[in-house]
Amino acid sequence: MNLSLISSILTITLRAGTSLLYATIGEIYAERSGILNLGVEGMMMMGAVSAFAVAYHTGSLALAVLTALLVGAVMALIHAFLSVSLRANQVVSGLTLTLFGTGLASFLGQRLGPDGSRLVGLVGPSLERLPIPVLSVLPIVGDSFFNQDVLTYGLYLCVPLAAWYLYKTRAGLYMRAVGENPQTADAMGIRVGWNRYLYTMLGGALAGLGGAHLSLAYTRGWTENITGGRGWIAVALVIFAMWDPLRAVIGAALFGGINAVQFRMQAAGTTIPAALLNMLPYIATIIVLVVITWWETLRKRVGAPAALGVPYAREEKG
Amino acid sequence: MRIVFEKRQSVSRTIRVLVPVVSLVFALVFGAFLLILSGVNPFVAYAAMAEGAFGDVHALSETLVKAIPLMLTGLGVSIAFRMLFWNIGAEGQLAMGGLVATGVALYASNALPSWSVLPAAILLGMVAGALWAAIPAVLRAYLEVNETITTLMMNYIAILLVSHMYHGPWRDPGGYGFPGTARFPEVAWLPRLYDRAHAGLFFAIIAAAVLWFVLQRTKWGFELRIMGENPTAARYIGINIERQIIVAMLVSGGLAGLAGVCEVTGVMRRLQQGLTVGYGYTAIIVAWMSQLNPWGVLLVGFLLAGLLVGGDQIQMAMGLPAAMGLVLQGALLFPMLGGALFTEYKLRFVHASPEDAVLPRESLPKESES
Repeated sequence: MNLSLISSILTITLRAGTSLLYATIGEIYAERSGILNLGVEGMMMMGAVSAFAVAYHTGSLALAVLTALLVGAVMALIHAFLSVSLRANQVVSGLTLTLFGTGLASFLGQRLGPDGSRLVGLVGPSLERLPIPVLSVLPIVGDSFFNQDVLTYGLYLCVPLAAWYLYKTRAGLYMRAVGENPQTADAMGIRVGWNRYLYTMLGGALAGLGGAHLSLAYTRGWTENITGGRGWIAVALVIFAMWDPLRAVIGAALFGGINAVQFRMQAAGTTIPAALLNMLPYIATIIVLVVITWWETLRKRVGAPAALGVPYAREEKG
Repeated sequence: MRIVFEKRQSVSRTIRVLVPVVSLVFALVFGAFLLILSGVNPFVAYAAMAEGAFGDVHALSETLVKAIPLMLTGLGVSIAFRMLFWNIGAEGQLAMGGLVATGVALYASNALPSWSVLPAAILLGMVAGALWAAIPAVLRAYLEVNETITTLMMNYIAILLVSHMYHGPWRDPGGYGFPGTARFPEVAWLPRLYDRAHAGLFFAIIAAAVLWFVLQRTKWGFELRIMGENPTAARYIGINIERQIIVAMLVSGGLAGLAGVCEVTGVMRRLQQGLTVGYGYTAIIVAWMSQLNPWGVLLVGFLLAGLLVGGDQIQMAMGLPAAMGLVLQGALLFPMLGGALFTEYKLRFVHASPEDAVLPRESLPKESES
């Protein structure tokens, strides 16, 4: 393998992994607070379509990104309201969110173009790559890490921030307490419902941001099924990463890297079935899940949220 | 002042009936809002949807084509949900059923007596779906591995496998490079009733009848219900939970597998793109809306299929996005999910009371990590 090949694989990995990592970090927040949100795919879709539509009509990328954050959060609000306030089944509610988001995004994609026409195939402003002076000319890592778009750079901030917030701040401790043992957290005066709303919506905002990266930078435009199952991969990645933002990077790199290697292999004309390669991350996720379930010490050490997916209600009278 | 939920003395029947009605109204209003924004008269659009889904025999047969896999996977999923096993893997189980049935149809048709090809495809396809479901079942029963994630992952593995087979090894050499297998020999065709509606409908009806009987009248069904209603009690009265989970999931996966068999032998008559279009996920909604009642599954499956076909119709007739069907499904289910709470609880407004006890903060869980 020569250096330029490694560099190009890294570049593609990073570009393909950006949306995935945002969505994964978002889902980590939600799940750490005890809310399983299977609606990631739907929220990403809505983020992607709304970001592109706003960018196309206003020409403002900042406004587009902001809209995606907001739309993602509003989508997540539906899930939070159903699963926190109305104690609905989170699996079904999340799935419905995916279904609804995918459908609505597809509907809007056919209506939000000029004069109610389709968005498909339109070219709008996109996030260009911004080489960082000096760093971007470094060998191997320069072009891949320091010649990317703004949202990818944003990850360099978002990931360490998430790790710090989770483990080093009081608010992060409350979040984990709510996901771990809501009864105790409640008894200590931590607002369980409020925390769960907050982090579910933060998760949705980040999923929307991931979607925005797809339509503004990665695919550059709106196409049906733009997320291609990335929302589901994000759900898997959270488990794979054992609810840890830093480990999520490894996971996203693995998924993104498989994409990149495949690209290269197809170009080189090899015949190893791409499908088999694509299966690896899913198989790996199952194995990780089995190991952490079976090996209790590890589960306690990584801090798997024990109350994940369980609605919380104070003991009612009568 | 704050709002609390107070448990009702008994489940409110009025609310139970009211929830689906209110949900339907909500969904239709939400959809109408979207339609008006698109500059379309919602009444015209809804009429076109209904017409397209139920208007004549051809429309009905297309609705049945979509209803059959929804009914079969919905029945499968509802069995698993009965015992609180969150099987969201019907999509993958369906895919494996279709895959194995394809293998039988393509490669065993000459070796087997012609009358036995279709039964063999059906049987082996069901076995394939059942075995695919057995993996998460065993993991959950013996290792307590969360089934939501494993069944979901198994979907992707199955879908990738199926797509690999018809793109690669099983691709029709005479297919001008199109991804998809050769057409099945006629001995492997599931008979059709009218247009494309096929005999899978009978499988769905028979399966619903059998499940209803088993759930209501047998010890096995009784134990399954206990597991769902009171898991702790189930353990105490000596139900073999591990075996129960595995058997129920074999049935659940088998039904989803059968749906896959019907799709390839009854509708497509070959394996190509379009086997996994989300029936397995919609099945969860079907199961939920029917409150896990087998006859309800048939009804809801039929109605939701109508929404999907109606969506396709308004796309063809009025240039509206077919996704309208999906949007309406979502808008229908959200209020149903939320409304479920009100069958068992009622809202009460109370003034804040001092009993919201506060414990010392020292006892926070301390778990530090890298």
